Amino acid sequence: MSTVAPVLPLDPDTLRGDFPILSTVLHGTKPLVYLDNAATTQRPRQVIQALVDVYERQYANVHRGIHWLSDQSTDLYEEAREKARVFINARQREEVLFTYGSTEGINLVARSWGDANVGAGDEIVLSEMEHHSNLIPWQQLKERTGAVLKHIPITDDGLLRMDLLPNLLTERTKLVAVAAVSNVLGTINPVKEIARQAHSAGAVVLVDAAQSAPHQSIDVQDLDIDFLAFSGHKLLGPSGVGILYGRRELLDAMPPFLGGGSMIRRVKLDSFEPADLPAKFEAGTPPIVPAIGLGAAFDYLNHLGLDAIHEHEKLLTARAHEVLSAVGGVRFLGPAPEKKGGIVSFTMEGVHAHDIAQLLDRQGIAIRAGHHCTMPLHKRLGITASARASFYFYNTLAEVELLGEGLDGAKRLFRRK
Amino acid sequence: MPSNDPAEDELYQERILDHYEDPYHRGRAPHATHSHEDDNPLCGDVVHIDLAIDPAGNVKEAFFEGDGCCISQAAASLLIERIDGRTVDEIKRFTAEDMLALFGAKLTPNRQKCCLLSWRVLQSAIYSPVAAQRTNP
Repeated sequence: MSTVAPVLPLDPDTLRGDFPILSTVLHGTKPLVYLDNAATTQRPRQVIQALVDVYERQYANVHRGIHWLSDQSTDLYEEAREKARVFINARQREEVLFTYGSTEGINLVARSWGDANVGAGDEIVLSEMEHHSNLIPWQQLKERTGAVLKHIPITDDGLLRMDLLPNLLTERTKLVAVAAVSNVLGTINPVKEIARQAHSAGAVVLVDAAQSAPHQSIDVQDLDIDFLAFSGHKLLGPSGVGILYGRRELLDAMPPFLGGGSMIRRVKLDSFEPADLPAKFEAGTPPIVPAIGLGAAFDYLNHLGLDAIHEHEKLLTARAHEVLSAVGGVRFLGPAPEKKGGIVSFTMEGVHAHDIAQLLDRQGIAIRAGHHCTMPLHKRLGITASARASFYFYNTLAEVELLGEGLDGAKRLFRRK
Repeated sequence: MPSNDPAEDELYQERILDHYEDPYHRGRAPHATHSHEDDNPLCGDVVHIDLAIDPAGNVKEAFFEGDGCCISQAAASLLIERIDGRTVDEIKRFTAEDMLALFGAKLTPNRQKCCLLSWRVLQSAIYSPVAAQRTNP
């Protein structure tokens, strides 16, 4: 089954030493094979240590206290913002907001920008492959405003029907919001081209980068997009923190989202003046330590290089397609490996996705099974559930082989006759 | 009940795989008087149950159709086999705990939902006459 192994651009066997959890042994004898990275990644010691350091030595509330600890904490928090700015190549630190994750980022835009700019009959263009977090905030906006939602269809092999985009864009189109990478299909969408066409039509562009930011380099200026949201926990960072990038002119014109401490300049009993960016959109005590941990995650990723990570995952994905094809009875969701990131979703003839996941778990292999927060996409594909293996730079070719062996075992269990 | 014998706790044991691959009364009841269908949207499991209940409350025919994981479909088959020929009163007395015991293998809370789907559908089916569904869809 195995041919000559391709040379990987990164050395996962060495990098795994940084991830304590990856040496877990399950069910007595099975080394953990963690292939659920699209749901959340694991953390290296460098990130865990950064969290411990803050809590042990530098923790206080930010932007508040006139005391040494608060200054320490504030400096680290703002350093993390600067690291995020560099990571996505935003022009200014004011364009980089800490959120609680991708979901909050998209909701912030839908509430603040959406309520101020979208009216009855205005159109919002999404796609059929969106995660629920990039569907529901717009459905809620539609309920509030009477806006119209349109969706870029996909091909049967999970590519956006870019040929249909020009017809979907009209003078009523206010926003185009799409995922840079599908969390199920793995499809890498042509965001730059979408942004170009959307801007020509006078629309604003939001990119859900939850599945792309951890794996490929991002340059918001080169892509020429207006909003970009992603989560920290999918790129080695803690859960509970994410980044929302917004173009300065748009953020300046938007009303605050959540109200409370920090987001104000001055408060009277019956009115307030909002603070300047970025505080205007960071009400309450922010996720201080998670944000600092996210800064350490950016350091780690920059050290490896996003291009090398992407190359590594492409090789794993290509090999996974070969290995799963050899098992037989597997239907891949999404395009050919060269058109996608490190996500391999599939169904298996005669074996439900939950049974696949349960049987793989016995071999120590963690994958995701279900609809992956994309019910409309699954309906479009004519299925109710799928299995998904998703890779990161610490996954090895040997783990891909184990996945194949596990699936072979699952298939044999259900085809006994 | 969970047992001390690991073979009886085994999820994919012979008995369950047999019911999954060769189910009892999969199909539609020819003379259904009662029926119900429900799903488990989180995993996509679907179960439809048809019953033919005579005026005395005896289940003369019991059939199921469905789609989903091994547990949901094997559980439906086990349940239909168990209640075929019994009475409506017996079905009413058949609790969720009884269903888990009938299934036998140990289940995590998430997968108990798969096992209990057919039980939920059955408990609704006995209150869902087909005639009423036709006139009042």
